[in-house]
Amino acid sequence: MTALRETTEVVDPVPGADAPHLPQQPDLIQLLTPEGERVEHPDYSVDLSEDELRGLYRDLALVRRWDVEATALQRQGELGIWASLLGQEAAQVGAGRALRDGDMAFPTYREHGVAWTRGVDPLHVMGLFRGVDNGGWDPAATGFNLYTIVIGAQCLHATGYAMGVQRDGAESAVLAFLGDGATSQGEVNEAMIFAASFAAPVVFFCQNNQYAISVPLERQSRVPLYQRAAGFGFPGVRVDGNDVLAVLAVTRAALQAAREGQGPTFIEAFTYRMGAHTTSDDPTRYRLASELEEWKLRDPIARLKVYLSRSGLADQAFFDSVDADGDELAARIRSGTLELADPPGTSMFDHVYAEQTPELAAQRAEFEAYHASFEGGER
Amino acid sequence: MSTETLTIGKALNLGLRRAMEDDAKVVLMGEDIGKLGGVFRITDGLQKDFGDDRVVDTPLAEAGILGTAVGLAMRGYRPVCEIQFDGFVFPAYNQIVTQVAKIHARSKGTMAMPIVIRIPFGGGIGAVEHHSESPEAYFAHTAGLKVVAVSNPVDAYWGIQQAIAHPDPIVFLEPKRRYWEKAPVDTDATPGPLFASRVVRGGDDVTVLAYGPMVKTALQAAEAAAEEGRSLEVIDLRTVSPLDLDPVYESVRRTGRCVVVHEAPVTLGLGAEIAARVTETCFHSLEAPVLRVGGYDTPYPPSKLEEEYLPDLDRVLDAVDRSMGF
Repeated sequence: MTALRETTEVVDPVPGADAPHLPQQPDLIQLLTPEGERVEHPDYSVDLSEDELRGLYRDLALVRRWDVEATALQRQGELGIWASLLGQEAAQVGAGRALRDGDMAFPTYREHGVAWTRGVDPLHVMGLFRGVDNGGWDPAATGFNLYTIVIGAQCLHATGYAMGVQRDGAESAVLAFLGDGATSQGEVNEAMIFAASFAAPVVFFCQNNQYAISVPLERQSRVPLYQRAAGFGFPGVRVDGNDVLAVLAVTRAALQAAREGQGPTFIEAFTYRMGAHTTSDDPTRYRLASELEEWKLRDPIARLKVYLSRSGLADQAFFDSVDADGDELAARIRSGTLELADPPGTSMFDHVYAEQTPELAAQRAEFEAYHASFEGGER
Repeated sequence: MSTETLTIGKALNLGLRRAMEDDAKVVLMGEDIGKLGGVFRITDGLQKDFGDDRVVDTPLAEAGILGTAVGLAMRGYRPVCEIQFDGFVFPAYNQIVTQVAKIHARSKGTMAMPIVIRIPFGGGIGAVEHHSESPEAYFAHTAGLKVVAVSNPVDAYWGIQQAIAHPDPIVFLEPKRRYWEKAPVDTDATPGPLFASRVVRGGDDVTVLAYGPMVKTALQAAEAAAEEGRSLEVIDLRTVSPLDLDPVYESVRRTGRCVVVHEAPVTLGLGAEIAARVTETCFHSLEAPVLRVGGYDTPYPPSKLEEEYLPDLDRVLDAVDRSMGF
């Protein structure tokens, strides 16, 4: 039984509510309201061209279309599993578009939207979830590390990479992705200590989607996550994770501060995982339908669409063309996924080491001989 | 030719220094390795000469050391991580096993992990809990890692340089109770290969295998056995993963008897794997089962009991007697 002490601050209390609500102002940085109204913030702004604004919409819509297609492919048995990003498109696209050439991102396993912004071919991501490899993209060429499945482990890699950037005297920044659950991991806390101690040019981008599979945020933290940063000695900010403009503005500023030698920032992107944790999960067992309905009103794509329409930045023809691009993308992802070839059995031996060991070379030879023994044989 | 008499500790120090001179990407990381020079002084003077960007006193967090080493390696550096004592490696175990060991395979060979994890290992120094352990089997069981255990100043001097230059991650085990053992080291010599075992004493009756701190024990046993007219061949395995057993097979085919010695607990230790392989390969030559001498399957005991826990000359000779008795 858990007894809360009177003095313990409950996370973002909203009287009479039992669902995670948007936190009260002034904590939350927002440039585009859920209703699609453009608002100003004293510390953060974005100055985007009309093309860039439409480009963000296109990113969000295409990433969601990809996600829908991937979920369908899993249901049809073509993927082993899929980790949906539904609802987190703005957090990911905003963060990804804040990166510059030369910057490096360290994703979890759900950052398909960031992968998209880094030019990673969606089929490489599909390959991981289909089981043909562990992600075939080139981290150096894309500035996007391979997915890391162990919760939070990549935060240390990002910090170490940033320490390397420092030693190289490069003007680059590193963006580490993590979720709300990961903030409980020791390694994530160690990453923040190393980053702070060495003023490493790394930004911790936490998508607080309210659940670590089934466990709500309250089990991970008794304070709003962004306030954790104060304990490590660097700034923490909370941004509306469903507002792509605010996410872009906040992440850009944090990355620039890192490049300029001001050290790390912790960004809490307050968002919501509208789908299941993965296709193996059943969120109806641990959260109310009403909660989902509430978050649908804050949809990251709908609000940008309203804004673009009302301000005359995009017309129906534009939205239709994005839909058509989405269908084309989905078709390419579908056919490309079905065509992904199974890797040869011997490939599992080939990259365990940079310098192959005699032991493993012998096992590989045994494996080949064993399988060769069946060719045209009795079995 | 430049030959100096060096302790294992000093040989490691000079080897690290030379590796840092040879490659500006080599970065040492660990707890107390800077001003203090490490609790065993293995990095003594290196921060003064190479600066605190290359000899990094890290926060007190082993997972942090290994995890940031991964990131540095991704950026093109060659981190050499010091784990202060064997029993303190476990907070870093997750990073070592799930990341360091697997990133090369995960990336289909596009990302190398040239990380050296230096660990003073083994007992015999009268320490408190967690300062005397032999965790090599955990790492040898993990695909993607290589594990080396040096036994003498020459291998310490060359081995640390070879490990740092090697493209794969290496757990580099240093025999802490032998840090002060001395031998002449020719620093101009051409070293032999890192992943190779070596016959360190020839003999005809029983093949005795050891690595790290137990090599000296095995040699002492061979000396004592010789006085009783028994001839032991002692092989220093030097590398625990991969195992280089060809010289072992050659030896066992001559002697027909084999005893494996290590400080780690016997059950599922390296001796078990070696016994299996020797049996598979030399079955028709064996006159006796391969016998294992090691620590007991208990937590490493309080130091007043460690002499009874650790294999010593007498326990090795007892195993030799049993082997000869078959």
